[in-house]
Amino acid sequence: MNLARLLAVVRKELVQLARDRLTFAMIVGIPTLQLLLFGFAINLDIRHLPAAVLDQADTARSRELVAELASSQVLDFRYRAALPQQLEELMRRGRISAAVVIPPDFEARFEQADRPAWQVIVDGSDQSVQAAARQLATFPLASLDYGGAASRPGAAAVPGVEIVNFYNPQRRAPVNTVPGLIGVILAMTMVIFTAMAIVRERERGNMEMLIATPLSPFELTLGKVLPYVGIGLVQVSLILLLGWFVFGVPVRGSLFDVYLVALLYIGAMLMLGVFISTLARSQFQAMQMAFFTFLPQILLSGFMFPYEGMPVAAQWLAEIFPLTHFLRLIRGIMLREAGIGELWPEMAALAAFIVVMLAIAVRRFRKTLD
Amino acid sequence: MNATPAPATLPREEVIVARGLTRRFGDLVAVDSLDLDVRRAEVYGFLGPNGCGKSTTIRMLCGLLAPSAGEVRVLGHALPRDAEAVKRSIGYMTQKFSLYDDLSVRENLEFLAAVHGLRGENARRRLDSLYERYRLDDLRPRLAGTLSGGQKQRLALAAAVLHEPELLLLDEPTSAVDPQSRRDFWDSLFDLAEAGTTLVVSTHYMDEAERCHRLAILDRGRLVADGSPQALMANLPGATFRVDCAEPRRMQQALSALPHVLGVAQIGASLRVLTDRRDDGSWLDSQVRAVETEARVEPTSPNLEDVFVAATRTRPAAPHRDTERTA
Repeated sequence: MNLARLLAVVRKELVQLARDRLTFAMIVGIPTLQLLLFGFAINLDIRHLPAAVLDQADTARSRELVAELASSQVLDFRYRAALPQQLEELMRRGRISAAVVIPPDFEARFEQADRPAWQVIVDGSDQSVQAAARQLATFPLASLDYGGAASRPGAAAVPGVEIVNFYNPQRRAPVNTVPGLIGVILAMTMVIFTAMAIVRERERGNMEMLIATPLSPFELTLGKVLPYVGIGLVQVSLILLLGWFVFGVPVRGSLFDVYLVALLYIGAMLMLGVFISTLARSQFQAMQMAFFTFLPQILLSGFMFPYEGMPVAAQWLAEIFPLTHFLRLIRGIMLREAGIGELWPEMAALAAFIVVMLAIAVRRFRKTLD
Repeated sequence: MNATPAPATLPREEVIVARGLTRRFGDLVAVDSLDLDVRRAEVYGFLGPNGCGKSTTIRMLCGLLAPSAGEVRVLGHALPRDAEAVKRSIGYMTQKFSLYDDLSVRENLEFLAAVHGLRGENARRRLDSLYERYRLDDLRPRLAGTLSGGQKQRLALAAAVLHEPELLLLDEPTSAVDPQSRRDFWDSLFDLAEAGTTLVVSTHYMDEAERCHRLAILDRGRLVADGSPQALMANLPGATFRVDCAEPRRMQQALSALPHVLGVAQIGASLRVLTDRRDDGSWLDSQVRAVETEARVEPTSPNLEDVFVAATRTRPAAPHRDTERTA
């Protein structure tokens, strides 16, 4: 390790980065675009679900309930059914994703409160609809299965209705998404940038010249990776700022902790990128492999689907991914005001990931030079 | 083009000594039991067609590739064990331009100066002298990717000699430049040799090979001939003749089929014939007249191409170096 040589590589890399407009645009563009995309477009608050209503009671109270449901905007009543079979038909054809059933003895059930008074049927084949319906179902009012629709695979009756949240449609707002987005964006940009930057050197033939100089592979890799630590921190700041100004996402815990955790996570992502660079022969391959690591992380880490809802095997797999641990850390710090001390196992997991990746990369690096 | 005679006053110290140097890639034997001796301040050439093992040999001599078998000492260091020590005192100019296209001439050289441990005033002085010697002064702010072939080559040479290496290895350095740039480039190489640098150059140009002090002809990974270009031509195991005839294409076909004829090449209206019989041409004369009665045969002096053809064509019949080793 020679500091002068290391700095020479860092300086060179920065000059090249400043000159590479595309990468530069990606550094700022990807976080901005993703934040706005996830914040606005991919809103997990599902609203205006096409729905039908079957009001067999037809009392003043039942009509009131239907009107209330309609005004919540979660369900959009497009059909009025007279028979349960009609609901089944509509759902099978994909005309509706949900249905509300009010039984003839609605009033009696409501008074006695021994059985669910009414029922929501959802199209269980759509994960996001199911999730939305679960949101509605915090109240354990109705747990009654609805005949054929419930017993058929792909369709499940969801118990009860969450009434309170009808009037708070912003429940799963960007507040939850933005902290996770920091992790997702870094997982995407850091891995791709580093893997490609290192592979580029080999692909363009620069490596062949460099090997004949006293520059060691370790100095070269470290020098190339260091500028990206800075870039990662810039991206974190950008997302935090945009999250605050555009969506009003707060940082409830310590800002220092946020950066400390981000730094550790950036280290893990960079090491993953270095590891990929030892496998890939071309920049294109590096990009493909980076995506290969990116997708399972985004799906299993708990960013998109709740960790608790996944099968045990998927949970074990998720424990390997740095994003899983980072999400727990950043959500804890930003939203629950947790301290790093309380979350140390997650920090340890990230550190372990870095050490393992580094060890593998160093071993592989020697081989690829021959 | 005449080769400059090897400087006789300098000590005949061996800079590269290789014995049985071999490199395999899977089943392919890229370099097969090569023996080499390269002396200080000489320009040593590797001549051979593409795929003959020139680049692989040069990479092994740089410490970039580990040999599969054999021993090699470069500047007194055993490779691949002391590769790091060797890297401090060698320069390597790659076949493909390998500096950074998106850095300027100046940024490229400053980066390499820092990599080689040159700092401050030393670095500045060294770079200034390189800008001047390789006519890069006006090109300093230009991005390397925008330079012409000749300019890139001068930059690559400046980069390779930046740390004043004792040994400079060049892998087909002139494949992408015009004839004038090639001449200038070779002048630069002789300047370096005069200053005491040892040069190993691979090429597939005969005129370039002829300018080397000594030469190794490689064919399919094997050394098939070596020595000074003059000695190689003088010791050609055969003779060359010029054949003037009316129908050169027909004559060429007829002669090519004969035993003892190693090569027939059409030069303008006449044919140049290489045989493995060292006689006055009476044998060829009789063969030629059998095809065309009016044709005339005249002896000519052999050139390096004849040596190359003879060396690569006769290999199965006269593998003298190989039999020595396997016996």
